[in-house]
Amino acid sequence: MSEILFHHTQTAHCESGVISNLLGHHGLKISEPMAFGIGAGLFFGHLPFVKVNGVPGTTYRIWPGAIFQRVCDRLGVKMKVEKFSSVEKGMAALDETIAAGTPVGLLSSVYYLTYFPASYRFHFNAHNLVVYGKEDGQYLVSDPIMDSVTTIDPEHLAQARFAKGFPAPKGKMYYPVSVPSSASLEKPIIEGIKQTCHYMLKIPVPLFGVDGIRFLAKRVKKYPQKLDDRRAVLYLGNIIRMQEEIGTGGAGFRFVYAAFLQEAAELLNKPEFSKLAAELTQVGDLWRNFAFAAGRVCKSRSANDVSYNELSEMLFRTAAAEEAFFRKLSKAI
Amino acid sequence: MKKEEVPQDKDNLHEGTFKQIMYAVDNSGNYVQVQSAGWEPENIALGQAWEEVNKRVETAKQKVLAGEVSPIAYYMEKNIMDLALLANYVGKFQWQVKRHMKPAVFARLSQKMLQKYADAFKISIADLQQIK
Repeated sequence: MSEILFHHTQTAHCESGVISNLLGHHGLKISEPMAFGIGAGLFFGHLPFVKVNGVPGTTYRIWPGAIFQRVCDRLGVKMKVEKFSSVEKGMAALDETIAAGTPVGLLSSVYYLTYFPASYRFHFNAHNLVVYGKEDGQYLVSDPIMDSVTTIDPEHLAQARFAKGFPAPKGKMYYPVSVPSSASLEKPIIEGIKQTCHYMLKIPVPLFGVDGIRFLAKRVKKYPQKLDDRRAVLYLGNIIRMQEEIGTGGAGFRFVYAAFLQEAAELLNKPEFSKLAAELTQVGDLWRNFAFAAGRVCKSRSANDVSYNELSEMLFRTAAAEEAFFRKLSKAI
Repeated sequence: MKKEEVPQDKDNLHEGTFKQIMYAVDNSGNYVQVQSAGWEPENIALGQAWEEVNKRVETAKQKVLAGEVSPIAYYMEKNIMDLALLANYVGKFQWQVKRHMKPAVFARLSQKMLQKYADAFKISIADLQQIK
């Protein structure tokens, strides 16, 4: 029986949550928003040609794995990361590692995670969770977005770890092998903020950053002309889901980032970050208002030009507010 | 978002118990973690996404029963897969999977190929050959 004492904390986002929980286990306490901020998790992208079940993709955060990579680099954490060619090897390696007393982070597909409500189980392949033991043939799971620890049977865990699709997790597992007992957060925080400002303001492709929000605004305006009612509603619905579903902390991660800035203000003794946090909270509320209005349009199910025009205007205003915010943030560091 | 504004719009999609963490500000303006039971716009969007899935499953079912497509088309929808994902699971090209959706071609598939589809859908070959 391999039981490890693992402290589970529920978080908003799986990736920053697993980082915070795993590093905490190894004695380096950083909060979820801190991990999210240092890892430059905030982002925006609208990719009309990357379709999931026929609906264009929208993202409010950086691609999966990036937060992890950056936090480890910036804090000097060394991780062992493995992928496997076969299910047997992948499960054996997991068993060995937890038997040795090390909690393990795993990449998995939400579709096979039986402990989630059925309605959330879509083929999303970049979910992170921690396995910290095995008892009576069941794996002990600390899934950061669940409010308490849970269990899963080996068959479903294997399916989740070796799900196909994009990105294929290929049984990816990871755990820290060397963690500094304390780390100065000042430089990592500044680097994280700089990177986020760069990604939001300076990517020369108009699908990303604040320009990406404007791009989405233009597309939304045309939904009633380009799509039938049913598709228009599905497209719109997906924008809301990516913004508000589990793991976003609400408002497409904007509140999580604001919480990070607030924490950074105190750590670095920079009161202007606190003010900026309050400003970002307002931007987050704009996103929430957008979701609320979009939800009502979805409910009415009819694509009329007026409502889609209004939604488009709301997005333009959000883009402007977000741009103003990031310009100030990039000057404040 | 203020702490008191964290939405608590429950619906049956959350199965009653599932609560997520949100970040919201308390009265002194400090961020705190608050559990949310769900929010109406998200519930609407999620509900409609499922409606769409169910509609597609039902359409595929009718087509299978009418002999227009093989059960593969039905199980693909039922597992919320698209052609690309299913092709990936069975290790075939999309056009091959599409071909296997023709009832006549499906009837001639080898046991090995049937097993691949059954594995992809996590069902038995017997279940694959007829839809419930």
